[in-house]
Amino acid sequence: MTEKKTPQLDELEKGPWPSFVSEIKRAAVKSEAAKDLLNLLERSYEDKKGHWKHGGIVGVKGYGGGVIGRYTDLPGEFPHVAEFHTMRLNQPSGWFYTTDKLRQICDIWEKHGSGLTNFHGSTGDIILLGTKTEHLQPAFDEYSDAGFDLGGSGSDLRTPSCCVGPGRCEHACYDTLDMCYDITNEFQDELHRPMWPYKFKIKMSGCANDCVASIARADCSVIGTWRDTLTIDQDAIKAYAAEGLDIQGMVCDKCPTRALKYDAAKQELHVIPEDCSRCMHCINVLPKAVQPGQEKGATILLGGKSTIVQSAFLAWVIVPFMKMEAPYTEFKDLMRRIWEWWDENGKTRERVGELIYRVGMGRFLREVGLAPVPQMVFRPRANPYVFWPQDEIVK
Amino acid sequence: MSRIDAGPPNYREMLPPIILQNYGKWQYHELPQPGVLKHVSENGSELYSVRVGSPRLVSIDFIREICDLADTYCDGYLRFTSRNNIEFLVGDPVKVAPLLQALEAKGLPVGGTGNALSNIVHTQGWVHCHTPATDASGIVKSVMDDLFEHFGHMDLPAKLKIAMACCLNMCGAVHCSDIAILGVHRTPPRVNDEIIQKGTEIPTLVGACPTGAIRPNPKTKSVVVNEERCMYCGNCYTMSPGMQILDEKNDGVAILVGGKVSNARTAPSFSRLVIPFMPNNPPRWPEVTEAVHHIVDVWMKYARRGERVGEWIERIGWEKFFGLTGLPFSDKLIDDFIFSKETFRTTAAFKY
Repeated sequence: MTEKKTPQLDELEKGPWPSFVSEIKRAAVKSEAAKDLLNLLERSYEDKKGHWKHGGIVGVKGYGGGVIGRYTDLPGEFPHVAEFHTMRLNQPSGWFYTTDKLRQICDIWEKHGSGLTNFHGSTGDIILLGTKTEHLQPAFDEYSDAGFDLGGSGSDLRTPSCCVGPGRCEHACYDTLDMCYDITNEFQDELHRPMWPYKFKIKMSGCANDCVASIARADCSVIGTWRDTLTIDQDAIKAYAAEGLDIQGMVCDKCPTRALKYDAAKQELHVIPEDCSRCMHCINVLPKAVQPGQEKGATILLGGKSTIVQSAFLAWVIVPFMKMEAPYTEFKDLMRRIWEWWDENGKTRERVGELIYRVGMGRFLREVGLAPVPQMVFRPRANPYVFWPQDEIVK
Repeated sequence: MSRIDAGPPNYREMLPPIILQNYGKWQYHELPQPGVLKHVSENGSELYSVRVGSPRLVSIDFIREICDLADTYCDGYLRFTSRNNIEFLVGDPVKVAPLLQALEAKGLPVGGTGNALSNIVHTQGWVHCHTPATDASGIVKSVMDDLFEHFGHMDLPAKLKIAMACCLNMCGAVHCSDIAILGVHRTPPRVNDEIIQKGTEIPTLVGACPTGAIRPNPKTKSVVVNEERCMYCGNCYTMSPGMQILDEKNDGVAILVGGKVSNARTAPSFSRLVIPFMPNNPPRWPEVTEAVHHIVDVWMKYARRGERVGEWIERIGWEKFFGLTGLPFSDKLIDDFIFSKETFRTTAAFKY
């Protein structure tokens, strides 16, 4: 077969940013599928449209998800991507790797796939792009022997993910890496066998900087926080002042609750504890001097999702503070109660946030067994249309 | 022998000794130079992380190459970030400079820390998705080439997070980014009765439409679309291949700005639509790269130190944002979906 030309994609090999086209070409040296992918993509650039069909059902024994079927709509012209399925491998917590493990992933994918990957997918998995149906089971078997397992897909628990946490961050208010590993193992059945109205994502951030975007990207967002007061090291404040940092301007004036007072003469920073909302700003600017309090845990938020169908939602507070320590029993119990309620009441393809929006927070809190507290809302409702429970009505 | 439900590898086996020794004991971090983080622990240990941009779509030979580097300079340990950067974990300070030289020699960009542009999180696009309105990797490459200087220099008013999603499903969760690049459809799905008759659950398909634009058609055992009500979200196409929504003449790209996920200073917030449509113009989408570049330039010129894009716009007011950028305002930017009212200005106080 003559080599096809790819002038549009070749253009994307120029410029300083590393090129995905060069990566596809590297894989194409060894893989006919990668070569066909390159040519198919050039066709998309010519046609200004995608050339992939809806996924068929493919998978490996014992699993209901983790593999996404993919077929081109031009199989005659691009036979090596007639089947070009994705495998999702569950990443290690915090995306830490030894080179040995990464090389194992590569070696197996050289044998069974196109040699193309995403490090990583949007949910957090290692994405192995492009293999044929007949290779799925053998590839899985080898990955399993290497200590890897599939991630989630479809209407199941999607692969949980977390920030770098105490592995390399001074802000972590709980052990995100351990919790992610623990709950992923606890909920293997929910992860691997779709049985819910729709997907459910859990993401864990160690502090309110939320480096894994949990509040926007997860149905359940676990954000590290503290309940007492932040601690301030006045010697370190003096050192920042000596370096010329504008503590009043860059820290106090930007504090959203005006909870910080800087005494420029004494070079001391003080917090009004009851006014602090724990947003992380001062800690971010002054990491050597200001630190979270001692009584640490996490805020649980629920309902975050992207635009489809009822608009994007940011997750909202359902538990202001929960101690977050192994074996995470309180959290796991809460998840199970929420899933049961959602499963019972949710319509097909209705995320838990959309269900709560449809039937009301009040009913959700009553039926899941959570006590309403003011931290759950910015402000109370402005209308008087309360759905009164019958047992509170005089008969 | 493969095992079912064995779970992911234990992260503890992936951590370098310096992290195991200082786990949970980190005290603070500094940015000695763009792309380099220095974490210091209670007992004085120092860990250098060198952050490197990647195209995310990478070959196994690329992974092997970064493994070689990690073997030479990091005793075989590395990690990836939530924005698809690679982080080399260097326990020996002497090895930082040679690693940086080796990365430069390979053309791998170091940066993405502090007040810089980080890598663009993105979706599959034409590479591997069945509902894309545009490509993702090509636009990301073009925008990163165009804004490259801001990846390696911490010269912005605040951090800058750009995200790209190739359709409204937003697998890239662009809805809370400083700048969001989003593939959009603009025409209703074309119903293929034959495909729908074959294998589509009609009640589920009808239920998938957020505006009730799809009705069952008992005569054809298929559905009809009330085109006036369709907002081209493509949710029906995800439910059934008989609802083709790809339209090479009308699909394209929208730009949203001003979102964030961090709680620092201001609450997490959504990005807002400021350019409703630009054409698909591969391979480099010049209209898109110019628009993003322009928004970044105006933000750099007018924002105060420490202000994210959305914080700057909320301070000056959106009416001033349109004035300063010169972006045309139109009725397309005024929400008419179900939560629209909260965006209407219910005060007589505003600027010109």
